[in-house]
Amino acid sequence: MRREVPLIITSIAGLVFAISFFIPLLGDAQNRFSDWVSIVQSFAVWLGLLNLTKVSLEKITRKREGWQYAILTVVSLVIMLAIGMFDGFSGLAQDPPVSYREPGTNFDWMFRYVYTPLTSTMFAMLAFFVASASYRAFRARNFEATLLLVAGFFVMGGRVPLFDLLIRWFTDYPLFNQFADWIMTYPNTAGQRAIMIGIALGIMSSSLRIILGIERSHVGGQ
Amino acid sequence: MPPAIVNFIAGQVGVQQLVVSGTSTTAQTPPSHPRAAFLVLLIIISFTISAIAQEPADTAAFDLPDERPAPPTSVVVTDFKYDAGNRVDITWVPSIDDQPELTLVDGYTVYRSANGGDYKLLDSLLPGISMYEDEEVTPDSVYTYYVATMSGKDTVQSVVTQEIRPEWELVNFDLAWLFVIAVIISGSIVWFIWRARAGADLFVRKIAGLDAVDEAIGRATEMGRPILFIPGILDMDDVQTIAGLTILGRVAKQIADYDTRIRMPVSRSLVMTAARETIKASYQVAGRPDAYSDDMVSYVTDEQFGYVAAVDGIMVREKPATIFLLGAFFAESLILAETGNSIGAIQIAGTARPAQLPFFIAACDFTLIGEELFAASAYLSGEPKQLGSLKGQDVGKGIAMLAIILGMVAVTMATAFEIDFFQMIADGLNQVFSTKAE
Repeated sequence: MRREVPLIITSIAGLVFAISFFIPLLGDAQNRFSDWVSIVQSFAVWLGLLNLTKVSLEKITRKREGWQYAILTVVSLVIMLAIGMFDGFSGLAQDPPVSYREPGTNFDWMFRYVYTPLTSTMFAMLAFFVASASYRAFRARNFEATLLLVAGFFVMGGRVPLFDLLIRWFTDYPLFNQFADWIMTYPNTAGQRAIMIGIALGIMSSSLRIILGIERSHVGGQ
Repeated sequence: MPPAIVNFIAGQVGVQQLVVSGTSTTAQTPPSHPRAAFLVLLIIISFTISAIAQEPADTAAFDLPDERPAPPTSVVVTDFKYDAGNRVDITWVPSIDDQPELTLVDGYTVYRSANGGDYKLLDSLLPGISMYEDEEVTPDSVYTYYVATMSGKDTVQSVVTQEIRPEWELVNFDLAWLFVIAVIISGSIVWFIWRARAGADLFVRKIAGLDAVDEAIGRATEMGRPILFIPGILDMDDVQTIAGLTILGRVAKQIADYDTRIRMPVSRSLVMTAARETIKASYQVAGRPDAYSDDMVSYVTDEQFGYVAAVDGIMVREKPATIFLLGAFFAESLILAETGNSIGAIQIAGTARPAQLPFFIAACDFTLIGEELFAASAYLSGEPKQLGSLKGQDVGKGIAMLAIILGMVAVTMATAFEIDFFQMIADGLNQVFSTKAE
């Protein structure tokens, strides 16, 4: 039963979702399922919170590698939670009530001046990783990599005015810009669409396997 | 005041002659009767005052504009086609005063009356908006609407719409062709599954990334290092995450067989519980339930870059020998893959997001492109019935190829030779494949 019940629920939900695409009357049932998912997700947030606390505390007490970071995690969690709750309750007492996320609250300050810079820092690292990955990808080791190198050369060259400025001696026509546009509009779009068609068919096949109960690996079946 | 009237009054009261100049009147000859003269003067003053009092009001009517905006016009209500009778659309032409430079219109309010009852406010909308979807209606009621232009506290209402009774439809006939295509593809998938069950020999091409799974797990075992499994950053309602977990089921069984460690930080609580159940079940199937621990899967954070920071930290500290990146990825894909690359791990990645595929191809050893991610679990299982489902996809690809070739020929012929027949084919294909449900 431990495996069968999830499979039955999955099959019913999958069928309702698939059929409701064509039968409008079932649209309401689809919305109902989505509401249930949202409710379950909101309860599951507590599971995650408890798990994070448990894992971090265990790490600290057993002095595992990097346990200092776990202290930082727990302290950050407690501070953010405490400030959010303080702002939330004190905001409720005001007339009109003020949300803890409103500009000017302590929580908003933490969000703007601690959380956002941290997030931006992580995102900024992407620029360096793009450079190192491009270096590897554009090495002309074989035919495909050479093709990628040549296409990349023209697309990047056409996206900035430099290349077209260099050929101004011969022509005013934005040759590189037009060629870059052509690569992006035709070969690139065609390739992406081929991948998208494959993905759509893959999703159909995968969904059918799950709805029909043939695919059971996610519930431990083989 | 006209002189004739003044003279007529003067005659009645005994005044000999009056000279009227403009609005002021002066008696040049003293009246014979002082009381009558006073009465005439009083009447004249009254006329003069009333004339002066009226004049500015009339002038104001011409000089100052009316500050009330015009109402919306052409307010039309239509039943939304192919729904459960729970939506009507109201459209209108915005007020002529709804122009950004005038700042006269603050927005629009939509009112509804159900079954002849009072009009109730439904919503307030911003200026420039000319449509409202009312999804709070029922098929058994009759509704009328009007829209009002808001200007400060003032509202100017449009005419009331005609009555409408929302209707429900059983089937969305706009999607009929899509339904037929879906039935053909689904039917072919089921048919190939049935054929595979009956023992037919089906050819499925090799997928290098999946053939390397054994090698990757074996490498981690030999090196005594953990395996890191990242299921993407979306929740269980995303099909890519489910695909990632189905692969996890297969991978976890091998990991249990090889007695290797698996580490799985996740960014969603539901994924954590689902992944734990998947790994636990795989360990049970492998006959090693005692080796399973809840600590194999841990929740980090829902925040995208917070999750990336934590996973990068795990990679750098624990140096896993093998990393699986299978699921839905966004901007974090390259950060994770490059960090994995820098620690020398074998990386097998897969996603159905075309924008992230180049990053994985550049930074990982093997990449499952799009459909290969969804085929992975069936491929790894090696079961004929699962492989049969992959074969069924080929019918869908065949339909897509035929439609693309036919579309290319039809559009080319219609454009080059202006043949109506080909234009009709092109329009038909466009209608079939561009239909989508709202």
